[in-house]
Amino acid sequence: MSYTNLKRVDLIFDQDFNPKEIIKNAWGKTNDQIINELLESGLKGRGGAGFPTALKWKYTAEQPEPDKYIICNADEGEPGTFKDREILFKVPQKVFGGMAVGAKVIGAKEGYLYLRGEYRFLLPELEKQLDTFHTTLNELKIDFNIKIIMGSGAYICGEESALFESMEGHRGEPRNKPPYPTVSGFRKKPTVINNVETLVYAFMICKHGARKFKELGTADSRGSKVFSISGDTPKSGIYELELGMTVEQFVEEFGDGDTKAVQVGGASGFCVPRKKFKDTIIGFEGVPTGGSMMLFNSSRSMYNVLHNYLEFFEEESCGQCTPCRVGCQQLIRGIEAVKKGYKHTTYLENLQRLAQTMKITAKCGLGQSVANSFFSIVENFKEEMIY
Amino acid sequence: MSKKINLKIDGIPVTVDEGTTILKAAKELNIHIPTLCYHDDLCIAGNCRVCVVEMKGSRNLPASCAMPVSEGMEIMTNTLKVRTARKHIIDLLLSEHNAKCTTCYKNGNCELQNLASEYKISEPMFIDLVPHKHYQMDAYSPSIIKDDSKCVRCQRCVRTCEELQHVSALGVAYKGDKMKISTFFENPMFEVVCTNCGQCVNRCPTGALVERNYLDEVWAAIYDPDKHVVVQTAPAVRVALGEDLGFDAGEIVTGKMVTALKRLGFDSVLDTDFTADLTIMEEGFELLGRLKKALVDKDPKVKLPMATSCSPGWIKFIEHTYPEYLDNLSTCKSPQQMFGSLAKTYYAQKRNIDPSKIISVSIMPCVAKKFEADRPEMRSSGFKDVDYVLTTRELAIMIKQAGLDFTALPESHYDSIMGESTGAAVIFGATGGVMEAALRTAYEVVTGREVPFNGLNITPVRGMDGVREASIKIEGTTPDWKFLEGAELKTVVAHGLVNAKKVMDSVRDGKSNYHFIEIMACPGGCIGGGGQPIPTNMEIRKKRTEAIFREDSGMKIRKSHENPEVVAIYKEFLHEPNGHKSHELLHTHYKARHRY
Repeated sequence: MSYTNLKRVDLIFDQDFNPKEIIKNAWGKTNDQIINELLESGLKGRGGAGFPTALKWKYTAEQPEPDKYIICNADEGEPGTFKDREILFKVPQKVFGGMAVGAKVIGAKEGYLYLRGEYRFLLPELEKQLDTFHTTLNELKIDFNIKIIMGSGAYICGEESALFESMEGHRGEPRNKPPYPTVSGFRKKPTVINNVETLVYAFMICKHGARKFKELGTADSRGSKVFSISGDTPKSGIYELELGMTVEQFVEEFGDGDTKAVQVGGASGFCVPRKKFKDTIIGFEGVPTGGSMMLFNSSRSMYNVLHNYLEFFEEESCGQCTPCRVGCQQLIRGIEAVKKGYKHTTYLENLQRLAQTMKITAKCGLGQSVANSFFSIVENFKEEMIY
Repeated sequence: MSKKINLKIDGIPVTVDEGTTILKAAKELNIHIPTLCYHDDLCIAGNCRVCVVEMKGSRNLPASCAMPVSEGMEIMTNTLKVRTARKHIIDLLLSEHNAKCTTCYKNGNCELQNLASEYKISEPMFIDLVPHKHYQMDAYSPSIIKDDSKCVRCQRCVRTCEELQHVSALGVAYKGDKMKISTFFENPMFEVVCTNCGQCVNRCPTGALVERNYLDEVWAAIYDPDKHVVVQTAPAVRVALGEDLGFDAGEIVTGKMVTALKRLGFDSVLDTDFTADLTIMEEGFELLGRLKKALVDKDPKVKLPMATSCSPGWIKFIEHTYPEYLDNLSTCKSPQQMFGSLAKTYYAQKRNIDPSKIISVSIMPCVAKKFEADRPEMRSSGFKDVDYVLTTRELAIMIKQAGLDFTALPESHYDSIMGESTGAAVIFGATGGVMEAALRTAYEVVTGREVPFNGLNITPVRGMDGVREASIKIEGTTPDWKFLEGAELKTVVAHGLVNAKKVMDSVRDGKSNYHFIEIMACPGGCIGGGGQPIPTNMEIRKKRTEAIFREDSGMKIRKSHENPEVVAIYKEFLHEPNGHKSHELLHTHYKARHRY
């Protein structure tokens, strides 16, 4: 496969590694050394929110509580994202390794991998891989144990505090924050919760050092990222690419020649229209993404795209907070009413104000991020909303 | 001492303890922040988002009920951004809400209605979602009606049922737009573990959970010339009714209430206190009897500890949760049901009225009493012993409907017979009251002397702690009760079913050796009952409790066995406590129910 303008990276899926060596090496370092190395690398969370991984580990390590946990968030539910599935399938040892290093840094004896309900088919192989990993740890006399917990298919359980509730056997509803997981997470104990990909990068930084990672990307978005590419593209699939490219560069590589918009970051992300391809950087300085890249060509109705996303949120909201539960229903009924002519086109402005309220008042990231796709699609494709 | 935090709210500096929420800090400055899912008695949910405020340096508006203060924080509670967001949220709630306020039972006492009025929601901003919903109404229960179309999903009821009552009959089902408050397998409330305590009803901000009202039925009975309508009033009603009729919490309105009931047209206004005194006689002698069987006869079948049976919420809880301890319950019916069966037997005979013409109404602080009156066990007079149960709130509605100016009413006395009461009966309304009343009588029966507490006030069993243990040493017994000489009577009092569970678990696990257990289903006892005026919270419960004990200390007679009408009924009708007639009319047994 040819890459004209994008740098393909192979940190994640590179099979040339020895988990035992990396772990042994990590255990030879102090926790401060590992944290500093991560800090130096500039690694930010790969789930989408982009919190610096080193700080998350550092804050949790600083908690005086004796019981702490490290959790791998493998509840990959964002529409258009399927990279964690591939990572868990191809390099599970790296995921477990990242968890072990994190556990060493924060002082956890137990780790959990919360696996998306729809990924149950991965479980038998993961369990086998986990046995191998535990054997490695035993050989190194490291007291750390990982358990795999199955999710049951709710999108909201990918939200960290809802994930804790789910793991504790409760209904998956996000908690009030603060306290944050670094202080009070799973079982109300200090907890590090990282995305699958983040853990692998942390592990790879342990192997290669910060430099190899830091050389890639931009000041705000260091390193590379695994993208799940889908939609109107001849090359759909999973690619690890250097961060910092513009949408235009991306479309040149992956578009079908007729790309009208790219949805960056899934249903909760942003829609970038053709006219903004050139000036939009994929990364934390532009449009952040957990990996989902959906391309739409001119045959697609952006009204249908938005309607589809809103339907998704309407159903996947946990339903506890008003702005998200009722707001999603109003947005979907609202665009339907405008499309059918029951409401004047100015009603879209009401809906935009409502989306703004949802963004600033919803209890968790789900409700707050509905506005992202709503704003970016309605603003850029207003005519498609009306006619 | 906890750390102090300095912050500014609307530019005004305030210093509060670390861990205080913004909402509470604002309250100290008398700044009102509207709330909906927040309730003093419950854990913080932070899900309605009505209480959002602006926080300097934050893009988002945090919910003030859930956000703890931090040093140097600057909060704005009334900016355009905040008002717009709150208005949106209230509007969203209304769009999901069946807002037929004029025909709603909670019209005039609805927190959503108040918010809509405060924020002047005139023209609905959003699309009415109600026609798209498949809202359900559960009106099978004789106690509680659940109307999902009025629900705002604040989950106060869910938290109440779980945190205060440990029943969890109500929970959250489904997600997203279909999220609703429901029961196990979505069965009707009538068929699940619900104890009918009505604490959820008392905390529901809207009309989604209300008591089944019997206003029309009672009015019809009053105006039926063929019927003789007797009414009884529970002890806790007289210290709370005033709250719905223009008085502050803690006002004793006994005399005005009696006048009002007479003016409403009840043929005879009587007092549940009379049967509360009778309960003490029956239950006190039952306890002494069990102790004798255990200590003297060494009967292995005797069940101790003995538990009170006055609270119908507690009865249904034990039927579901600890059915193996049903024989530990006192066999006494509750005072309401004792009154009911006597109204259609003893009272009917004395007044020479055909019992089939008597309609027996009770005014209760309780929602579960409605269910209790419907029980098949409660027909020992040959009729339905209590025909209709009204809550304190319903009585207030009737008084308003009749156009009475309650605050200006003169005071009057209960009618006779079955209208005489004592201080011991009044304190049935507060947690620990049954225990205290029982001890006042039992101790005196056994020793011939008054309980050795200053002014008959058995303070160790009083208070608001969830579980309170007390023991009383019996000394100087009369010859009949010699076997109790030197014995230490161990008692425990619990209120709120979450505390009942603690006591029952300790009994089950053999960690305690109580003789007598008092349990009231509702926090604070009946004064905090599900049928009491809304709102009810800790502060209000304390005021009602103080009023109960004020009423007690103001009574001429303060011991149940000295109630002259109680003395008379044993002489003329029942002959002796726990006698044949008593067992026929005043005692019963309950059956196990499923644990789901």
